[in-house]
Amino acid sequence: MRELTYREAINEALFSEMERDPSVFTYGIDVADHKNIFGSTKGILDKFGPKRCFSTPLSEDAMTGFGLGAALCGLRPIHTHMRVDFLLLAMNQLANMVSSYRYATNGTLKVPMVIRAIIGRGWGQAFQHSKSMHSCFAHIPGLKVAMPSTPNDAKHTLIAAIRDDSPVIIFEHRWLYDICGPINDHQSSLGKAKVLRCGKDISVIATSWMNVEAIKAAEILQKRGIEVEVVDPITLTPLDEQTLIDSVNKTGHCIVADNDWVHCGFGAELAAVISEKSFDNLKSPVKRIGFAFSPCPCARPLEDRFYPNAVNIIRAIEEKLAIDETDLSGEDFYTYENKFKGPF
Amino acid sequence: MDVNTLLYKKLYLIRRCEQRIIDDYGDDAMKTPMHMSMGAEAISAGVCLALGDNAQVFGTYRSHALYLAKTGNSDDFFAEIYGRGSALLQGKGGSMHLCAPSKGVMGTSAIVASIIPVAVGAEFANKYANSNKKTAVFFGDGAIDEGVFWESLNVACLMKLPILFVCEDNGFAVHTPSASRCGYDKITNIVSQFNCVVLSSDSTDAEVIYKLTLEAIKLSNEKQLPCFLHLKYYRYLEHVGVNEDFDAGYRKREDFESWQKRDPILLQRKKITAPELIEKEIDIQVEESIKKSKQSPFPSDDILLKEVV
Repeated sequence: MRELTYREAINEALFSEMERDPSVFTYGIDVADHKNIFGSTKGILDKFGPKRCFSTPLSEDAMTGFGLGAALCGLRPIHTHMRVDFLLLAMNQLANMVSSYRYATNGTLKVPMVIRAIIGRGWGQAFQHSKSMHSCFAHIPGLKVAMPSTPNDAKHTLIAAIRDDSPVIIFEHRWLYDICGPINDHQSSLGKAKVLRCGKDISVIATSWMNVEAIKAAEILQKRGIEVEVVDPITLTPLDEQTLIDSVNKTGHCIVADNDWVHCGFGAELAAVISEKSFDNLKSPVKRIGFAFSPCPCARPLEDRFYPNAVNIIRAIEEKLAIDETDLSGEDFYTYENKFKGPF
Repeated sequence: MDVNTLLYKKLYLIRRCEQRIIDDYGDDAMKTPMHMSMGAEAISAGVCLALGDNAQVFGTYRSHALYLAKTGNSDDFFAEIYGRGSALLQGKGGSMHLCAPSKGVMGTSAIVASIIPVAVGAEFANKYANSNKKTAVFFGDGAIDEGVFWESLNVACLMKLPILFVCEDNGFAVHTPSASRCGYDKITNIVSQFNCVVLSSDSTDAEVIYKLTLEAIKLSNEKQLPCFLHLKYYRYLEHVGVNEDFDAGYRKREDFESWQKRDPILLQRKKITAPELIEKEIDIQVEESIKKSKQSPFPSDDILLKEVV
């Protein structure tokens, strides 16, 4: 099967959709510069011209309203933010305008707009270039929210989002950009979770980058005969509860590994859904794993303490299943220094 | 029909509808916060007539006049503020969120200035499609205090979008006067530094505003640049509600009285040969709209979750 990186998969989706539909355009801070949003918008300007691919002033708030207005009048904007932290400047437009416009017109007008926001991490991103905060957006009725973790899901989520008549926010983890994976041509729709790895002993429901950590944990525990099932919800809103519930009903144990703070986070929502709907099948309480409850620090040793990883997931699984600690001394874990060294 | 008659019909309809709100608001059947347009009617009537039916407008929570000037539809106006199922919005919006996209009223927002960039995006879409549809966005002087106004103005000038920015300046943001909010003397001087057309007036004569708007449209189309249209008016009633508030101490009755001498409806009435005929017809229309609204059922429960996504 054909393989692409996450970055190439996004790029391919943009190309094919802009080719298919002349009402699609993409814009945002530095979308059309030489770095092309970490390569994801590479070639778009050359192919489609400055009318359909342009960089903007540093006006996240206005440019979000701008996208809304364009969407109301028949275009399909794709607004891209290099960091989720920058998207927060547009929170008024998202919470007060974009999310409610369809409702406010009782469906007379639709809002087919896409917002891409990249989650930063590592090489000292610190507390203003590293946020995820997806639960804050998923909390608001009227917004669809997705955070695919594989190249194939990145491609098809973006295509589905562009074709959707509702506003969709897609969170793309910067570290996922270099991940390579198979691409298929099956169209996927928003609102379908995916079992990334099958197992019978315990379910790990993970978001975004935490799926990479969860799969690593599953591979290591496989050597001991522990079968970990990894489930990626992919979209937070709408949420495919049934796929998650089916997994937990099968395994009886659930760990939620969210790429965000635990307190009041999406992990709490997942834990509540599982507790409400799989209570009789749970052999232990739902366990949540996420960021330390502090702003994200810069220094590497502090950063390592801030972010959860495959080791944390392995230890949590061992505790749940009441088994001895696995010897991890020979294991090779992800380290970003092997991938890149700054500035991003 | 001549321009002055068309203007008077718009002006009188707006004034009559709002007078009927004042009369009946105490019944507590219109359960929606009223931000009354009274005193500002010449702006909506003049600008909307000049824009024409094909244009798109965006407004604020104070959009009774804009909605009625653009649509003439008092049936839907009253149905919505009575929160009835027969209204286009079926009670989802109320007085602060009137809209009628099929008539070009594309939306109104109660978060000050937040509709301005939306209108800029709409104008972008029109230019993208090579459509000659005109977009105008109405906002108060309070909106100029907000950062997003400046972001939007900058983008519209940068992208050469021939949108009309219509600033309805009553000198107050809620109860705080311009002098307590502005670190500059004249907004038109500041906006003139941008690459756009700037026109202004303190007239309450709808015909004057109509002609000024035609000029604004012409210049903005010729230059393919935005036009900032700065129009002064006096808000007759309290910020929200249907009463006077001259005893609150933040403004003087004498100011109101001097503006009232050139009330937009009275000014225009003098230009019409038989205003009584127009008035009688509109009075009947408005009473019929109120009656139909009150007879319409409330929206059914399932409406709550419809059209969320």
